[in-house]
Amino acid sequence: MKELDIEAVIDNLQEVLEFVDVQLEGTGCSMKIQMQIDMAVEEIFVNIANYAYDPETGPAKVRVEVRPDGSAVSITFIDHGVPYDPLAKEDPDTTLSAEERQVGGLGIFLVKKSMDDIKYEYIDGSNILTIMKGLS
Amino acid sequence: MDIKTVRDEATLILQISGRVDTKTAPQLEEIVSNSLDGVKLLIMDFEEVEYISSAGLRVLLIAQKTMNKQGDMKVNNVNTDIMEIFEVTGFSDILTIE
Repeated sequence: MKELDIEAVIDNLQEVLEFVDVQLEGTGCSMKIQMQIDMAVEEIFVNIANYAYDPETGPAKVRVEVRPDGSAVSITFIDHGVPYDPLAKEDPDTTLSAEERQVGGLGIFLVKKSMDDIKYEYIDGSNILTIMKGLS
Repeated sequence: MDIKTVRDEATLILQISGRVDTKTAPQLEEIVSNSLDGVKLLIMDFEEVEYISSAGLRVLLIAQKTMNKQGDMKVNNVNTDIMEIFEVTGFSDILTIE
């Protein structure tokens, strides 16, 4: 298990992605799976950076746990900002035309669709969001 | 991300390469917001796009909405991983993908 403590600002997104990708290296996961995980990490970290401490900024913790046999990874994001359950949000209607579609609002939906499991808890003032993905 | 623009009369081709993400999507939005005057056909060449996040999808939707009013937009050479994202999000029905 590896942890990264970092200020939740957009400028740190690249560092978070690199931290996660380093843990994934050596698992032999495909580029496609790595891209899906990167996308999920980006969407979640950007949400924390934009909203958790708005208008201030604050810390986030990113914890990566690769299963010993390399078959799956879970990534946990912890912040101490306003309580926010992204899973409570209704999914966008993906059947609407371009005119009817709202610009934005796809981030968490994409995370739900591309990860195998996602769970949210609010414990002792912390938002704890965990995503899980099989690597084979 | 890098964007090469080719303008030929009323056609604008954007050859995009790299990652269209939170950091880089504003560059694409800048072009979409400021360079579409008089454009009847907008072609986004995705051959060298490796990755797109919701920030990139957002800009594609803005571009599509703009072009619906003044002409056509096409997205060319989409790789299979990005195509899957377009399908999951319903963008494969909104965009003209060739």
